[in-house]
Amino acid sequence: MAEVTGTGRVKRGMAEMLKGGVIMDVVNAEQAKIAEDAGAVAVMALERVPADIRAQGGVARMSDPDMIEKIQASVSIPVMAKARIGHFVEAQVLQSLGVDYIDESEVLTPADYKNHIDKWNFTVPFVCGATNLGEALRRINEGAAMIRSKGEAGTGDVSNAMQHMREINGEIRRLSSLREDELYVAAKELQAPYELVKEVAEKGKLPVVLFTAGGIATPADAALMMSMGADGVFIGSGIFKSGNPAQRAAACVRATTFWDDPKVIADASRGLGEAMVGINVADLPAPHRLAERGW
Amino acid sequence: MKVGVLALQGDVREHISALIACGVTPTTVRRPSELAGVDALVLPGGESTTIAQLAEIFGLFEPLKLRVAAGMPVYGSCAGMILLADQILDAKVDQKTFGGLDITVRRNAFGRQVDSFESDISFNDGSNELIRAVFIRAPWVERVGKDVEVLSRVDSHPVAVRSGHLLATSFHPELTADHRIHRYFIDEVAKPALQKVK
Repeated sequence: MAEVTGTGRVKRGMAEMLKGGVIMDVVNAEQAKIAEDAGAVAVMALERVPADIRAQGGVARMSDPDMIEKIQASVSIPVMAKARIGHFVEAQVLQSLGVDYIDESEVLTPADYKNHIDKWNFTVPFVCGATNLGEALRRINEGAAMIRSKGEAGTGDVSNAMQHMREINGEIRRLSSLREDELYVAAKELQAPYELVKEVAEKGKLPVVLFTAGGIATPADAALMMSMGADGVFIGSGIFKSGNPAQRAAACVRATTFWDDPKVIADASRGLGEAMVGINVADLPAPHRLAERGW
Repeated sequence: MKVGVLALQGDVREHISALIACGVTPTTVRRPSELAGVDALVLPGGESTTIAQLAEIFGLFEPLKLRVAAGMPVYGSCAGMILLADQILDAKVDQKTFGGLDITVRRNAFGRQVDSFESDISFNDGSNELIRAVFIRAPWVERVGKDVEVLSRVDSHPVAVRSGHLLATSFHPELTADHRIHRYFIDEVAKPALQKVK
């Protein structure tokens, strides 16, 4: 009875279990408890939420192992953590800490502007951001077991997440309409491996779970993403940069489950206090746009 | 027989596909009115803390608990097993379960995600064929009541149990193409239980 760890099914399966749920950014054990109590399916441990990374600038890196372990000790739900794009040693450190998922994230400052981490070398599964289908398939080819739209993290502006979801799902629909002999050129255009392109064309969906992230700040934002075909939602700065985090977190969880019921979303949206202030993505100078990191 | 899948959170889609492959037409259950319309229920994999909490908020917790107690056939995988257990260990403070199965379950007993694994195990349904079992941050059963039958073990730990109208596995048969467990639930657990009620 050989027990095999780190298989594709085990890694991708873990993401399947998160579907219909909300994953929340937390910077300490207290926030992690609030997130768990609000019904989060997992927490993302990081030192600064994207809004603060944006405000404070500088190089953003993997979090302190002490802080990650404190969060792991404080909750029973999965704990994820971020590594810099291409920084495979940060990823090895996170794996040794026993985090449940690694986000190879554009929110941190990239360590390698050419290559992403070879994620097949790890037992722990990875989630990666994507702005379009080609990017998603390149990450899956490198071993990502879950994809999230990038959105524009730390803004509270949902327009980029919306654009990425439309882009990814639109390209999937287009692939499904092609003749089989047209998929070779489609693969070339997407700059993605033919086998993955063919699989997507046949199934009409990505081979891994697709979450959405970046700029989600309200229950209605979460529901909007779910109705765009997201399997679930990451909320970063939106919760703990708002007036009443516990209540807003619970409200986003409810709206994610009942994304197709405006009455539930209306109830969830009542009396939440102030949402995070937010920045319009259009006002961000190009070098400060995180979604453009990664390729 | 109308079979529902509790669809508050988790791998609902995979259970629906597995049930369709077994020849039933499942519906999703998120509201008390939808629960009232089904004869049997599947509790999917997911986060047990999230599912229990959503059930409570949307008024599904008590009705579901009552239906389980009244004999509705239920199958739970992973989080579903936790939700059917009378007692749980390593739980979140105040974590509630629907209960009904006289077992004690330890959450995340096999470890964190890096310890998640798959393995061929025997499932005691009369056939001797092995089943490919996928364990993801999986629980195990630490105590079984006297009316609980153990159908599978990993090392010495029970990972599939049955008691009358209730079936639970700590692994995820819905993630494989082998639908024996779902078929077993429909044919050997749900049908006889519903026959008895009639």
